[in-house]
Amino acid sequence: MMPELGQVALILGLLLAVVLAVVPLLGAQLNQPALMAVARPASYGMFVFVAISYAMLTHAFMVQDFSVAYVAQNSNLELPWYYRFSAVWGGHEGSLLLWVLILCVWTLALAALSRSLPDRFMARALSVMGMIAIGFISFTFFTSNPFERHVPPLADGNDLNPLLQDFGLIVHPPMLYMGYVGFAVAFAFAVAALLDGRVDQQWVRWSRPWTNVAWGFLTLGIALGSWWAYYELGWGGWWFWDPVENASFLPWLVGAALIHSQAVTEKRGTFKAWTLLLAIAAFSLSLLGTFLVRSGVLTSVHAFASDPERGTFILVFLAIIAGGALTLYAIRAPRLEPSPPTRLFSRESLLLANNILLAVACAMVLIGTLYPLVADAFDLGKVSVGPPYFGLMFTVLMAPLVVLIPFGPMTRWSGDDVGTVFASLRTALLLAVIGGAVWWIVRSGLTLKAALGITAALWVAFGTFAFLRRRWQLRQPGRPYFTAEMVGMSLAHLGVAVFVIGVMFAETLNVERDVRMAPGDSAEVAGYTIKFTELRHHEGPNFVADEGVFEVWYNGKLSSEQHPQKRQYLRGQVMTEAAIDAGFFADFYIAMGEPLDNGQAWAVRLYYKPYIRWVWLGALMMMLGGFIAACERRLREPVKRSAEAPAPVTEPALPALPERA
Amino acid sequence: MNPLRKRRLILILVLLLGVGSATALALAALNENVNHFYSPTEIAAGKAPSGRTMRLGGVVLEDSTKRDPSSLKVDFVVTDRFKNVAVQYDGILPDLFKEGQSVIANGSLNADGVFIAQEVLAKHDENYMPKEVAEAIAAAQQEKARVREMAQ
Repeated sequence: MMPELGQVALILGLLLAVVLAVVPLLGAQLNQPALMAVARPASYGMFVFVAISYAMLTHAFMVQDFSVAYVAQNSNLELPWYYRFSAVWGGHEGSLLLWVLILCVWTLALAALSRSLPDRFMARALSVMGMIAIGFISFTFFTSNPFERHVPPLADGNDLNPLLQDFGLIVHPPMLYMGYVGFAVAFAFAVAALLDGRVDQQWVRWSRPWTNVAWGFLTLGIALGSWWAYYELGWGGWWFWDPVENASFLPWLVGAALIHSQAVTEKRGTFKAWTLLLAIAAFSLSLLGTFLVRSGVLTSVHAFASDPERGTFILVFLAIIAGGALTLYAIRAPRLEPSPPTRLFSRESLLLANNILLAVACAMVLIGTLYPLVADAFDLGKVSVGPPYFGLMFTVLMAPLVVLIPFGPMTRWSGDDVGTVFASLRTALLLAVIGGAVWWIVRSGLTLKAALGITAALWVAFGTFAFLRRRWQLRQPGRPYFTAEMVGMSLAHLGVAVFVIGVMFAETLNVERDVRMAPGDSAEVAGYTIKFTELRHHEGPNFVADEGVFEVWYNGKLSSEQHPQKRQYLRGQVMTEAAIDAGFFADFYIAMGEPLDNGQAWAVRLYYKPYIRWVWLGALMMMLGGFIAACERRLREPVKRSAEAPAPVTEPALPALPERA
Repeated sequence: MNPLRKRRLILILVLLLGVGSATALALAALNENVNHFYSPTEIAAGKAPSGRTMRLGGVVLEDSTKRDPSSLKVDFVVTDRFKNVAVQYDGILPDLFKEGQSVIANGSLNADGVFIAQEVLAKHDENYMPKEVAEAIAAAQQEKARVREMAQ
């Protein structure tokens, strides 16, 4: 009974999505306020019914209703309740329902938090959200219905994939989807602005906080995925350039470009067409990512059962959404007035460089990800693109981007003097070079490339501090010293620095050793002494395991005792559970490989991973930066409804730089 | 030339140069790092170049896994049920590595025709066979049938 209730609720959600997609848009076109006013209640209603539907599926997992095929596939009687809760999104059908729910959460937020915006604009934006909801709810309902019954009901279910029985997986997909789907808001704003036919700075100002928040969530989702892969897959790597990882990285790159181009459009009125295009691209790439993951066209670790029907559905939907938006763009964008000219050395030019580099990087990742598909289609053989391709291309494109970061905030809009900007960053450069050199000398084994990378990261950090110091010096009474926007930006840029340092160390100084160890043996790796003291049996709620007891000694002191496991789940799957002696400056990673000599000895992975935590710390700082920047008060101020030219932005522009003493 | 035009010209030239060099670099990097997939039948037919990184896919032949008692060296045979390729690997095999199950190895052929694997991948689903492996095995079956016909 309850699952049918969920199904009915989903259908009602779909019907409300249709209402939301059609009625307010019609109202906006015909200028009928009564029809436009349908937008908000329809959004609330859609959310309520989809939430009921989602709650019903969760309920089916909680009460172990194995008459529902999806529950039977992804749960069993021994599964602890918290994994049953997260098992709702542990498979294809349920994770789509989660996607739909999150889309409804964003729509709800948009409807509730944007009362200050013109009704007609909101009606159009919410209508676009409704159209996207139609696509995804019908995709769920017609191709991947999670409420389908299994007749006859099963006594016990299969199991949730053991890889997914983990805290990282409880949080990774929801955060990732928050990011993916969040770009739908920027997309809806862009389409509404195009429909409005009046592409001005206003829509950008309204959409900026939404883009920042979505990007922040996407950053968090990707970082959690990377962290999860690191400790759960048992390979000790943090990024594999796997097609599915790339699929989430593409919208991230475009999203980063969008954040910067939106800032330019909002403040200076330039880059308008480009910003619109990026907003369309960010969400289209989110859809493309969904297609790549769900269709199974690419071989990847994320093995959702492949089903050509599903792939076709998303591809058609992608074609409609992206194609429709781009057509609209082609019709309306030429009407935009040309941008005012700026001097070559200006903040606009630097942000243009930022956008070009990020967009090209995105194109490179896209080419590498899709190349196997293209090669297969043109009979060029079955190929895969190796990580060195991505590593090389990415380094080449990101190095100039990182080097340019400190110049951006220091350079004034519409033109500045190169010499003055350089002079204000001289100290930062000097400190970065000294710091890089010292680090290179102190830590033996760093390659020249890594030392240069660390210098670049320090340059970003000191350059950001130089900017903050300059703002402090130029503070004026009665105005905030630092706006939320500046703090967010600085934090995100510092995050880039921390991330780069982490990557440089983790990639050049890591030591990976696979050794054969029996209880009583010890091994030395990178200054650590590892003692294998005992091999014992361990029983979990739904698995049994061989557990090793390892002492990690460093500098003659016992650092920790680790218990890596080799688990055998009751349903037959075998899984490696790594144990990590985690530290701010280095991790020591132990994983049980395979038993040798009938279990007398084990093949053990011993990995030394310096600064690996900095990779995720940097990502978290970027995320926080996105969230803080979204709190900028200026962006939430109600818009003056002078339909003509928008009021010039009264941003606290950097005052003229005083001559250096 | 007026300054606006001149600036635009410079911008366009810089853009062209950038796009051109990025494309060239991307093509070169792709060319270097594209790994082709070969089945044991294709390798036996001499289609795979030796020394180049490639992927080998097939099924682990039953009773072919031999472990060196004192190290992590392991030998096994990958088959598409028509031809076999000997594989050498030094390291830890994945959890789902099992004889009779499909596997993909990254590595290269040495001069003796032995595949030296740098990485061995097994899928996290026992019922799932990578698309490439399934197709390669189907192709090998056809080849086998063709060879038999010719022999008769």
